[in-house]
Amino acid sequence: MALRVEDLRVYYRSLSGDVKALDGVSFAVADGEIMGVAGESGCGKSTLGKSLIRLDTRMRYVAGRVDLDAAELPIWDDGRMNPYRYKAVSIVPQYAMSALNPTRRVGRMVAELLQSRGIRPKTVMPELERRLDLVGLSNDVLRRYPIELSGGMKQRTVMVISTLLNPSLLIADEITSALDVSSQRAVAEMLVGFRDREFVKSMIVITHDLAILYQMADSILVMYAGKLAEKAPAEAIITAPRHPYTRLLISSLPEVGVRYTDRKLSGIAGKPPALLDPPVGCRFRDRCPLASAKCLEEPPFVEVEPGHHVACWEA
Amino acid sequence: MTTSARDVGVAEPELAALPAPRRGPEFLYFARRNVKLLIGVSIVGLMLLLAIIGPFLVPGDPNAYVGPSAEAPSSAYWFGTTTFGQDVFAQFVHGLRNTFLVGALAGGIAAAIGMVVGFTAGYRGGVVDEGLSAFTNVILVIPTLAVMLIVAAYLTVRGVVVEALLIGFTSWPWAARAIRAQTFSLTAREFVDVARLSGMPSRRIIFREIAPNMSSYLFMTFILLFGGAVLIAATLDFIGLGPTQGTSLGLMMNNAVLWSALQLGVWWWFVPPGLGIMAIVGGLYIMNVGLDEVFNPKLRET
Amino acid sequence: MRRYFLRKLLIYLATFVVAVTIDWAIPRFMPGDPVQTLISRVPAGDPESARAITEYYNSVFGLDVPIWQQYLNFWSSLLHGDLGISVYAFPQSVTSVIWHAIPYTLGLLIPAILISWWAGNKFGALAARRKSLDNTVLPVGYVLSATPYMWLGILLAWGLASELQWFPISGGYSLSVEPNLSLSFVWDLLNHWFLPFLSLFLVAFGGWAIGMRNMIIYELESDYAHYLEALGAPQRLVRRYAFRNAVLPQVTGLALQLGVIVAGCLVTEIVFSYPGLGHLILEAIRNQDYFLLQGSFLFIIVGVLVANFLVDIAYLVLDPRTRAGMQGGRA
Repeated sequence: MALRVEDLRVYYRSLSGDVKALDGVSFAVADGEIMGVAGESGCGKSTLGKSLIRLDTRMRYVAGRVDLDAAELPIWDDGRMNPYRYKAVSIVPQYAMSALNPTRRVGRMVAELLQSRGIRPKTVMPELERRLDLVGLSNDVLRRYPIELSGGMKQRTVMVISTLLNPSLLIADEITSALDVSSQRAVAEMLVGFRDREFVKSMIVITHDLAILYQMADSILVMYAGKLAEKAPAEAIITAPRHPYTRLLISSLPEVGVRYTDRKLSGIAGKPPALLDPPVGCRFRDRCPLASAKCLEEPPFVEVEPGHHVACWEA
Repeated sequence: MTTSARDVGVAEPELAALPAPRRGPEFLYFARRNVKLLIGVSIVGLMLLLAIIGPFLVPGDPNAYVGPSAEAPSSAYWFGTTTFGQDVFAQFVHGLRNTFLVGALAGGIAAAIGMVVGFTAGYRGGVVDEGLSAFTNVILVIPTLAVMLIVAAYLTVRGVVVEALLIGFTSWPWAARAIRAQTFSLTAREFVDVARLSGMPSRRIIFREIAPNMSSYLFMTFILLFGGAVLIAATLDFIGLGPTQGTSLGLMMNNAVLWSALQLGVWWWFVPPGLGIMAIVGGLYIMNVGLDEVFNPKLRET
Repeated sequence: MRRYFLRKLLIYLATFVVAVTIDWAIPRFMPGDPVQTLISRVPAGDPESARAITEYYNSVFGLDVPIWQQYLNFWSSLLHGDLGISVYAFPQSVTSVIWHAIPYTLGLLIPAILISWWAGNKFGALAARRKSLDNTVLPVGYVLSATPYMWLGILLAWGLASELQWFPISGGYSLSVEPNLSLSFVWDLLNHWFLPFLSLFLVAFGGWAIGMRNMIIYELESDYAHYLEALGAPQRLVRRYAFRNAVLPQVTGLALQLGVIVAGCLVTEIVFSYPGLGHLILEAIRNQDYFLLQGSFLFIIVGVLVANFLVDIAYLVLDPRTRAGMQGGRA
């Protein structure tokens, strides 16, 4: 197993108490697997992505264990985690468009970054140029300032930079949210290409867009209110979901070819619970059409079929 | 975007869990707890109190010769006397009052002009913006002091109002620039588009939609202008370009230097006025930092 | 890049024209007859100079000459370097009086501006990363930046010069010494120079330190900083980038603060009776010497404009985005 996460809990500090953004998640990602993480805004998927590489100042590690390539990742310790960053775990951030220092030429920034990580830039530069070529960027990019590049170019550049050292795990955090459909497809294909060429071993793709995940992911993890709802191969999630939340999600997606004068778009009534003081038991209880008294007890995340985990009494 | 599950569910990004704060009570909650704001307000408030009440405690002409010359602070004369036997405390509190007047008036004028120019340039953009920006840049470079030199050469009798007007008319450019930048970013937001579509006249859009969203920023700008005006006025008074009647803190320092208070060690003549100015301006700056923290959640220390 | 310079130059030219016009126009809006007022202030006596002055006045204010011609006459004498005759330093020309005072003022201003800016930035950056230092630097910085220039000068003059007698309290150099190029004279000059310089330096320093500290904190919160940290870059690299980026608004700030620092320099000179432009202005006001005031005004304006231009060049050098031909940041 490349990545294994056990009962990870990461909370946010706030004036009114701890926001339980990530409240006990466990899953595994195999070598070469692209796992998508989907869910509504605020479900904890971004927190999950961030906590695997760098906790920001508001986040607080509470409990849990993360293993990458059979070694434990000390995510609670910023200093001890550093050797793993970029080399073992890397990230393409949500803000890729503004992730490059505006007053440094791209090539120089990469060289300085490599040097600061103890790598001689000369050894890596040829590979960098080769990969830029691969994603359709000319080497000229290295001599430019970020402001001279278009949004798409910056996105691709950041993707190349982040995967330059062939990390075991790549976290892609909402990288398609700001793009139009054709760019989304290009980026998705690029990521899959990276995996196929073994630039990265496994990948976690965080997004709210299930359709993109269907295109590129091997498996999909659905999160709700800080907990896991369902994890299964992409095909299974889309065609035969078992968790009520997943089912409602899928059915609320607009379909090509359906006319909505005949059938209205359906959503899921209600809102996700506030995570300062989450409800007891299953967190989807209030909005779930299948809810019953049993749901006051929190359902465990169990494997109902090979490779298919669900957290629901009714699954 | 055709297929998207994003349409399901509402919530804000990041912390969906925090309760949605209401504006009024939230502001007061943080305001009462912010140390810097409290300290700043106390200092400025104290000086203001002194400026209002002080002159009633020592009525009469502060420049009158009332006591022995160059006496150190005592119970009779709290801040001592000048080399001419004038009551330093009387001069101080009257000067303080003038300082607040000039600061408020000049700050207000500068804020008003800055808002008009800034809002117009930021909202309209294009040629109007270019023209106003060029105008702003021209005024920006000319130091207030320099203009005052010329005016003072000719106006032999000057009052507090003239000084305030001049300071106000020359110190608005940086405020205009800042307001313009903020207006730009607000104008780009959707609620302004909606207002425009509904046929609201520009002036109303600016006053009803844009300005209220910037109210905290405008307030902070005014505070900085106020502080700046106090400093400029002190400088002008010190050179002798200030009001020709009455007294002011800068004038006190001018006289002290002129009449060798430094060499004679009459420190009570020049220390209080400078301290007063420093207290007011420093208090305002600290207030400003505190206000910034109250209004901008990201700066609050959790 | 050329467009950038052209625009700036145009603005400065416009500013100069506006300033000169204000200078020329104000006397006309003041109550009373300017010519009579001025003539009455000329010391009676030397008829030769009185005539020279009257001639100058008439060409500039002459009521028999149409207004636009007065304006042009003013400009022509300006461009010839003729700023009139000083009343205070009668019968020297205003130009020569100012010329003698300028070196002292520049000698204070230039080192004070450059060193305080550089030191303030370095110190502010240091404070931004060490919390313990920050807790002392912040209040001290705010206090210093709120201190009126002349008051700090007064305190230093009183404390270090009058009370402790470490430095002289006034003058550009000792009265007993003849200006010469010897080492002892230079030492004497420096002795007199030090306190006014220190006074200017400290207040400006406080402002820059605070500004830089705030800018660095802001930069450390930016996306590129977070990205680098996520990729494991050491703090020293992130800080280096943050510093480089934070310097840019500080350069712009320098241009904005020039007027304030110049005013501060002038009052500091007054406190120390330092024979620069500030001292000259004080005397001009006392003696109602209009032409000296006018000349000083123009010198100040030109000085500030030149300094602004230099700062613009510096910004161009430092911000690669303007060189790349795009207006990346807001200047």
